[in-house]
Amino acid sequence: MSLLSDIGQFLLMLKGMFKRPEKASMYWKELMHQCMEIGFGSLGIVAIISVFIGAVSTIQTAYQLVSPLIPLTTIAQIVRDTVILEFAPTLVCIVLAGVAGSRIASELGNMRVSEQIDALEIMGINTRTYLILPKIAAAMLMIPLLVIIAMALGIWGGRLAGTAAGIISPNMFDKGLADDFLPYNVFFALVKGYVFSFIISSIPAYFGYHVRGGALEIGRASTKAVVVSCVLILFADYILSALLL
Amino acid sequence: MIEVKNIQKKFGDKVVIENVSAQMKPGQCNLIIGASGSGKTVLMKCMVGLLTPDQGEIMYQGENFFAMDHEQRTNIRKEIGMLFQGSALFDSLTVEQNILFPLDMFTTDSSSQKLKRVNEALERVNLKDVNRKFPAELSGGMKKRVALARAVVLNPKYLFCDEPNSGLDPQTSLVIDKLIKDLTVEFNITTVVNTHDMNSVMETGDYIMYMYQGKKEWEGTRKDIIFSKNQLLNDFIFASEFLKDAKDMRMLEEAGKIPNVRNMDDMTRP
Repeated sequence: MSLLSDIGQFLLMLKGMFKRPEKASMYWKELMHQCMEIGFGSLGIVAIISVFIGAVSTIQTAYQLVSPLIPLTTIAQIVRDTVILEFAPTLVCIVLAGVAGSRIASELGNMRVSEQIDALEIMGINTRTYLILPKIAAAMLMIPLLVIIAMALGIWGGRLAGTAAGIISPNMFDKGLADDFLPYNVFFALVKGYVFSFIISSIPAYFGYHVRGGALEIGRASTKAVVVSCVLILFADYILSALLL
Repeated sequence: MIEVKNIQKKFGDKVVIENVSAQMKPGQCNLIIGASGSGKTVLMKCMVGLLTPDQGEIMYQGENFFAMDHEQRTNIRKEIGMLFQGSALFDSLTVEQNILFPLDMFTTDSSSQKLKRVNEALERVNLKDVNRKFPAELSGGMKKRVALARAVVLNPKYLFCDEPNSGLDPQTSLVIDKLIKDLTVEFNITTVVNTHDMNSVMETGDYIMYMYQGKKEWEGTRKDIIFSKNQLLNDFIFASEFLKDAKDMRMLEEAGKIPNVRNMDDMTRP
């Protein structure tokens, strides 16, 4: 019953977002602010994770490919496909659910508890449109870009680790990257990026916007938002893989 | 003018407000008083449309707020300013940006005009050199004054104040009360204040409505309170022995049986 009620309220929240803005320039300003917060605010952690995941992938792939019959370029191919298909979109988005998702939930939760949302309502502002829509739009603009950056940095990290450990030469790695490259994989990763970015922004917005109580409830809402977002990302990952691959 | 007509509000099976009616006139401070849990905040939230009553009407200039369409409600809300109990300032914005916010959202004034209005509003609430400060850097009283400046910067017709004195020392409370009173008279605002601060009641209450367990128990002016025989009201307002004595003194003064000490004080002052 509670799940159905939550789904109903979530859909009503989404419906309520699509109202005419009171002043377009203020909404544009808020969208840019959210792009900075979600996009640039998460760039550092995305870069670190991507480089290390790529590096570890290269070393572990090389560790398992011991047969002399398998060409070294295969390492690069495996790293490329794993990073593009799974690590960049899924792992990065799970991390972003923690970074950006908890920020969205706690920001809205704090605004709700300290009556800032009520203050906006009294001013005659549609708070769903002003507070939630720019966050979802910013996430859907910036997170796919972060996924692309994660792909590039992951592959670069793999190349760097392979060279530094003497596993594979840079030329050999580059050759492996170009072999049997399927652009569709990038498209698939971007589809995942868009779906996950919607989950990362809308679920925490729902939990934050509907907080009742005090500081403790903000913390609970934030944790719940991250947990639910992560589970939904993994579920959506499976569905998309089954449908599109 | 705001008219409250037979408002009823339930949460589940619990009736929080029962058949409350009142008339709040412009240019005066209309006070809703009552103990915690008596329903005064719920009533105020119904009046501003944050909660929808189960029954009854809230009339703004003769128009039922809850029968209005979205655009009409938005227009009414643009004429409402509200001072929240916790100030409700936007944490991430400076004082100046907080007060600029409604101007940015609803006016087409130039930046310099808006800035001028912000400074005028800050001056009106006796604040200066705080434009660049964030709410976290202000004291409770200053936050209330900034929130008041934000509430009145669009020259509202209606001002709602939810417990404006909570968490403030008596002196700062008097400053806030005086500001609310002055703004109400100066701009002919219909002001509605939720309070259980007795200083506010006696200093600013032009119209006072006492709520008890969700019902309107008593209404009148601050002078009427002195002579009221309503036991529940007297127990609430004059809760301590000190306040009971003060009430007796005031009754004797008003009846002319003892000299008015404050007037004598005025006369003897050089």
